[in-house]
Amino acid sequence: MAIISIRDLVVEYDGRRILDGLNLDIERGETMVLLGGSGSGKSTLLRHIIGLERPKSGSITVNGIDIARCSASELKKLRRSIGVAFQSAALFNSLSIKDNVALTLREHTALAPSIIELIVWMKLAVVGLADFGKLHPQELSGGMKKRAAVARAMALDPEILVFDEPSAGLDPIVAAELDELIVLLKEAFHMTVIVVTHELPSAFRIADRIAMLHKGTFSSVGTKDQIRASDNPRVRQFLDRVPDNAAKAPAVAAYFEKYLHTPEAHL
Amino acid sequence: MATLLEDVGTNTLSHLDYVGSLNIQWWATLRAMGSALPFVGNRYRWRESVRQMLQIGVDALPMVALMAICSGFILALQGASELRRFGALYFVIDLVAVGFTRELGALLTAIAVSGRSGSAFAAEIGTMKVTEELDALKVMALEPMEFVLAPKYLAALISVPCLSIISNVFGILAGGLFMFFSTHLMPGLYLHYVLTSIQLRDVLTGLIKSVVFATIIAHVGCLEGLRVRGGPDSVGRSTTSAVVKSTFLVIVADAVFTAIFYFTVKS
Repeated sequence: MAIISIRDLVVEYDGRRILDGLNLDIERGETMVLLGGSGSGKSTLLRHIIGLERPKSGSITVNGIDIARCSASELKKLRRSIGVAFQSAALFNSLSIKDNVALTLREHTALAPSIIELIVWMKLAVVGLADFGKLHPQELSGGMKKRAAVARAMALDPEILVFDEPSAGLDPIVAAELDELIVLLKEAFHMTVIVVTHELPSAFRIADRIAMLHKGTFSSVGTKDQIRASDNPRVRQFLDRVPDNAAKAPAVAAYFEKYLHTPEAHL
Repeated sequence: MATLLEDVGTNTLSHLDYVGSLNIQWWATLRAMGSALPFVGNRYRWRESVRQMLQIGVDALPMVALMAICSGFILALQGASELRRFGALYFVIDLVAVGFTRELGALLTAIAVSGRSGSAFAAEIGTMKVTEELDALKVMALEPMEFVLAPKYLAALISVPCLSIISNVFGILAGGLFMFFSTHLMPGLYLHYVLTSIQLRDVLTGLIKSVVFATIIAHVGCLEGLRVRGGPDSVGRSTTSAVVKSTFLVIVADAVFTAIFYFTVKS
């Protein structure tokens, strides 16, 4: 049975349709990559999956609970089973890395401080930051911040781990390290992982299945091999990096020709 | 004409929307305040409230004291220049004592706190919004009202009246110095005249005003932060807006409360 089911999901902002009747099942224990270009609606879909926004119509069922219609207390309970690593890491700057990871443990559990300390150390060790717990977010590099965000997202051992653009703003080596971390976490903790990205190497490294979004609808959903072999024009354009509106050389030449005949050009 | 009416209508609706949002936020924060209280609330929130009290109250103390001393001198000098003509120089004592306890102590403090802390609230919350920290709180099943707003409001409710009392003391002290140097009135006698001229209700009305001002400053600052949309430039705009709007609303509230006390509390 799918851990997340999206049915006929429609999202509109100011009358503009962003997501148009999406349907998707994410199976327990799989890594689903939501792939798509800028403005395709992948981050909007993610915000709806984690319950930050409510859709215009349709449903998103997580562990049998419809996020769009559940009560505030149900949503709160559900959120404890979802860990999110944001694109900007979203660590609290006023707290040390250790306290960032400990926050949900202190707030949602009755564990003794010494046990919390131990769990925090373990989570930081998993992401390779065991020696950096006392530092504040502003003292870390971009890659370390993202890893700290992963440690915080894992604090309550969630069933579902969500990554929003994990490789954004990172150099290829650090991005590859983060990909390996995602693969390791999935294998070690058997979590369901959802990753939003537009980075092709990253997507093909970590995904079990890929859902390709274009203008608010899924162009294609399938395994890595199915997506690679897809003959869908939008998928092919994305994979082959073909530009949408290439600058037309004659049009550019005509523009400059016209400009050279204006008075401003002779000033 | 139609455009003018449309503009008036749009502006009225926008201002009503703002006041409505302030009221909703105030009510939601009041409901979340229990968590920020000592002994019965969450100890991490209380710790945060104390940290805020230090920032709003203790850090503002030198500035508020200096403003009160300068204003006390100005009030005494301006009053003396007129009262001297009628041989009523000793009424300067009443002017300064009653003026500060009823009005100037609370107003000067509110203006200082609005500039220091109102803007800081807007900047802090606005930055948290831009960097997705508020979203991170929500997905960690933590309420931003309880986590961010309640400690700030509680701290303002305690710090601003305390600062107002200190402002009253320094303002009256400045009046005493003026009287000592201009008429050689001894400090003990000055204190006696001060205590005879002010009544308990003067102090109470001043304190009621300072509680209202604290509410306005905390909520306008927080609401401006929560209304940040987009990037860092928007944080700058919301910070300026927080100071302008809270100072304006403090003066409007001051006029309303002064009128209420004038017509309801008879001497």
